Amino acid sequence: MELVTPGLGLVFWMLLSFSILLFILKKFAWKPILQMLKERETSIEKALQSAERAKEEMMRLQADNEKIIQEAKLERDKLIREAREIKEKIVSDAKTEAQAEAQKLLENARHTIQQEKHAAINEIKNQVAEISVQIAEKILRKELAAENKQKEFMNDLLKDVKLN
Amino acid sequence: MKTLQKLYFLICLTFLFGTQQTLMAEDHTQANDSAATEKHATHDEKFKPGPFIINHILDDHFWHIGQAGNIHLSIPLPVIIYSRGTRNPGLHVFMSSKFHHGHDAYNGFKLIVEEGSKHKGKIVEVDESGIIDESVSQPLDFSITKNVLELFISVFVLCWLFISVAKSYKRREGKAPKGMQSVVEPLIIFIRDDVAKASIGHRYEKYVPYLLTIFFFIFFNNLLGLIPIFPGGANLTGNIAVTMTLALFTFVITTFSSNKGYWVHIVNAPGVPWWLKFPIPLMPVVELMGVITKPVVLMIRLFANITAGHIIALGFFSLIFIFGAMNMWAGYGFSVVSVAFTVFMTLLELLVAFIQAYVFTLLSALYFGMARVEDHH
Repeated sequence: MELVTPGLGLVFWMLLSFSILLFILKKFAWKPILQMLKERETSIEKALQSAERAKEEMMRLQADNEKIIQEAKLERDKLIREAREIKEKIVSDAKTEAQAEAQKLLENARHTIQQEKHAAINEIKNQVAEISVQIAEKILRKELAAENKQKEFMNDLLKDVKLN
Repeated sequence: MKTLQKLYFLICLTFLFGTQQTLMAEDHTQANDSAATEKHATHDEKFKPGPFIINHILDDHFWHIGQAGNIHLSIPLPVIIYSRGTRNPGLHVFMSSKFHHGHDAYNGFKLIVEEGSKHKGKIVEVDESGIIDESVSQPLDFSITKNVLELFISVFVLCWLFISVAKSYKRREGKAPKGMQSVVEPLIIFIRDDVAKASIGHRYEKYVPYLLTIFFFIFFNNLLGLIPIFPGGANLTGNIAVTMTLALFTFVITTFSSNKGYWVHIVNAPGVPWWLKFPIPLMPVVELMGVITKPVVLMIRLFANITAGHIIALGFFSLIFIFGAMNMWAGYGFSVVSVAFTVFMTLLELLVAFIQAYVFTLLSALYFGMARVEDHH
């Protein structure tokens, strides 16, 4: 029976000791320990969060770099393409211009040649006429050296003339 | 380190003091009458496991450490009694060695050691001829018994341990735990997160210090109870006075943290048909009984579990002497089996020591949570 009968003395000492234990531990042990644990947990939490943020930042930077590289590549391609186009245009322009120039030169040359030819032909014509007149003069002089020949000729000319 | 040295010194002093006193006491008895020694010897021959086990489980005014032949090595403890009688009224303080293990009366008080007496283990008032005086109320006993001393030791060790841990937290702020810190930290976090936070809900912080204190108090004393020699060996958490006080703390805290919802649930439980409440208030009565049974169950569970473990371990040891009484060789032979069983039981008790501390703490936390019931209905 004594086993299940709480002893007054032990209850008294237990109440006293446990109250003191609770008070001392609460004030000098649990309060600082729990506070330190909490602080450590928050600092760990914060550290993890900042690591996560740094990682995200890193990822963003990486993505940015990628984007910049991509853009640069596109830009380069565009520049090359444009340069090629410009080159082709310059070349083709130069070609057309050269052709036109050549055409023009050719035209000019042809024109000059034509003019020169005309001039030459005219001169030849004039010379031929002059030479012909001279020849005719010489022939006439020789023909009309005799008197009778002059008369004959006059007659021939007169024959054609009709008096009205 | 200095504290540890002091503690060691204190223990040594107690030992010295106790041994001296006891040796003197034994000499005295032996010198007085050889008949008593003879009686003692015949008493020793006939081994009674029942009283042997019960005496180990109950509280005592001596801290019995060992026995070699007729010399008992035990520490006498201070007796503090308040007499309500007329012979020696008032407060009396003296060492329990004055009783000479119950053989002598001192100052009109006597420690009853006889088996079967209804006052067994108690200090009673006696008249001049040494007969128990039944006409007066027996004195109130506030003695520093074995359990009380164990209680003081555990309170001292727990304070020292956790204050030093708290100091190392301050010293090593923001660093990883080390030494004793890393032993208790998982338990502290376990009680805080898995017991307090899970059972109480929001604003659980208020209860964490109490829960931590009862958990470590019960766990430490359960373990101390498993150690058979001084400073262990007292059956503190297997004593109903101790478990009753602990349950009382939980009950008081539960009642003081109760809100309106808790009482509404008791008096007028929602979702219960009206005819269970009126005209015969069946449900309120059942609920009110529940308020009382909760701490009572806490008290009995811890007491019964720890006491049962001690009884079984002691029972196995008693078997050695029971077999030994039949035949010496049977006793020797069975001792091997007994030791094996006791080792197994002690390992089981290690588990029980943790589980019972955990269960007591968890149920306390659950009761605190229930006392702050939120009206979600």
